[in-house]
Amino acid sequence: MPDSTFLDSTELVLNMGPQHPSTHGVLRVILKLDGEKVMGTECVIGYLHRGVEKIAENRTWAQFNPYVDRMDYVAAISNGLGYCLAVEKLLNVEAPPRAQAVRVILTELNRIASHLLWLGTHALDIGAITPVFYCLREREEALKIFENYCGARLTTHAFRIGGLLYETYEGFEREVRAFCDMFLPKVDEYEELLTNNRIWVGRLRNVGILNADECKEYGVTGPVLRAAGVKWDLRKAQPYSGYEKYEFDIPTRQNGDTYDRYMVRMEEMRQAVRIMRQAVDAIPEGAIMGKVGKVIKPAVGEAYVSIEAPKGELGYYAVSDGSTQPYRVRVRPPSFVNLQALDRMVRGGLMADVVAVIGTLDIVLGEVDR
Amino acid sequence: MRNLLKKIFLVDLFQGLWVTFRYQHPRNIYTEQYPAERPKVAERYRGAPRLNINPDNGETLCIACNLCALACPEALIVVGSERNEATRRKELTTFTYDTSRCMFCGLCEDACPVDALELTQDFELATYTREGQIWDRQTLEEGPRPTQYKC
Repeated sequence: MPDSTFLDSTELVLNMGPQHPSTHGVLRVILKLDGEKVMGTECVIGYLHRGVEKIAENRTWAQFNPYVDRMDYVAAISNGLGYCLAVEKLLNVEAPPRAQAVRVILTELNRIASHLLWLGTHALDIGAITPVFYCLREREEALKIFENYCGARLTTHAFRIGGLLYETYEGFEREVRAFCDMFLPKVDEYEELLTNNRIWVGRLRNVGILNADECKEYGVTGPVLRAAGVKWDLRKAQPYSGYEKYEFDIPTRQNGDTYDRYMVRMEEMRQAVRIMRQAVDAIPEGAIMGKVGKVIKPAVGEAYVSIEAPKGELGYYAVSDGSTQPYRVRVRPPSFVNLQALDRMVRGGLMADVVAVIGTLDIVLGEVDR
Repeated sequence: MRNLLKKIFLVDLFQGLWVTFRYQHPRNIYTEQYPAERPKVAERYRGAPRLNINPDNGETLCIACNLCALACPEALIVVGSERNEATRRKELTTFTYDTSRCMFCGLCEDACPVDALELTQDFELATYTREGQIWDRQTLEEGPRPTQYKC
């Protein structure tokens, strides 16, 4: 923080949030302003703290599964996958191939649903009101597939440790294919609305630049990292749940500004459709549940599994003391880590850009506070 | 030159407006008339709980095994049972289910060995009091009775 501000005028301290509509939840940002210029920020988090990691210690392994959905509630299925994979690693079992294929389809569908909500709300923050209606319309189709598959739309509890509980329903493959066919032209439509729009470009280009070195320093992952030109995707780097079988590209851009992050996420949605198409064409037959007992009792040990959630690297670190309850579960949420870069990205910029940067980081406060 | 003309004639803005214009047709309307027209939820929807009874004799299917209460992460199910000396079997006496704490994860439904406890397709769970959220055996056996609205 610089000692004196412009013309020695006293700096203005402004509280943004926790009930500001553009902070996407209950984030409070203390802005230190000199006129319109941001001299520094401080994030106050914890308004949505529920102590999820402590709750885990008082639940059995299977009972904790529904709670992880409530961290990143926009991408509940990805959270469930990460937790299930971590416990499966502890138990030394692997989900059967059929379960893995269905898991991939649902997580990619969830990636699209998450990115759609991001696009809609981000555009709304910038001032474009139309995309949010279209995005939520398409997201509804994805949520309908979740509802038909597991009976819930948002906090799905879709996967179980060791595989799946629910067999795919009649017409699942048809619906997923129909979604893929319907969705690709819609992405082009969003791009028609936004990509060349002068207000959109003006508000986003060269705003909140975070270059590759800074990204690595802060530990930022996901689309934010890829927009800075680093080709890092855990689905390729450490394939899990059979991702090595599918062909897809990692979209990257060079500038690391807000506009590039937008372009990366748009391309990611197209790649997700590509993965879903390959997966749905090759769902193997067979069991959907691995060899897991009714009572889950992993041997003493620890396991860390990280997956590529829509927002970045989502890690689950589980420690077992040999009982039916976790000794410790630690979550590495992508939003929490990505949020640390906020100060670097907005310092020296304009106050109106803070909204754009919070939007582009794609944070979910349920995950930041846990 | 071309870019300048594009800028002057607001090509980028009209491109976006054309997308909006394409959706002006009435067949693209996407509104559900909710209270009048009930949404059709999925077959597997996890909504209000119900304790199933045998339709032939009206007796409960529940065998009071307490597995649902053990499976519940929030410990919101309380099963009361009594040993019947004549048949030498455990019989269900009371069953309480606190829907205010329920997160509809479906673990109780999975745990039930006789498919007595079931999460139904009803989703209207609002009550006027906190106590109204705690459902006793009678309410659970009657099952949800969704309000019908006439329009």
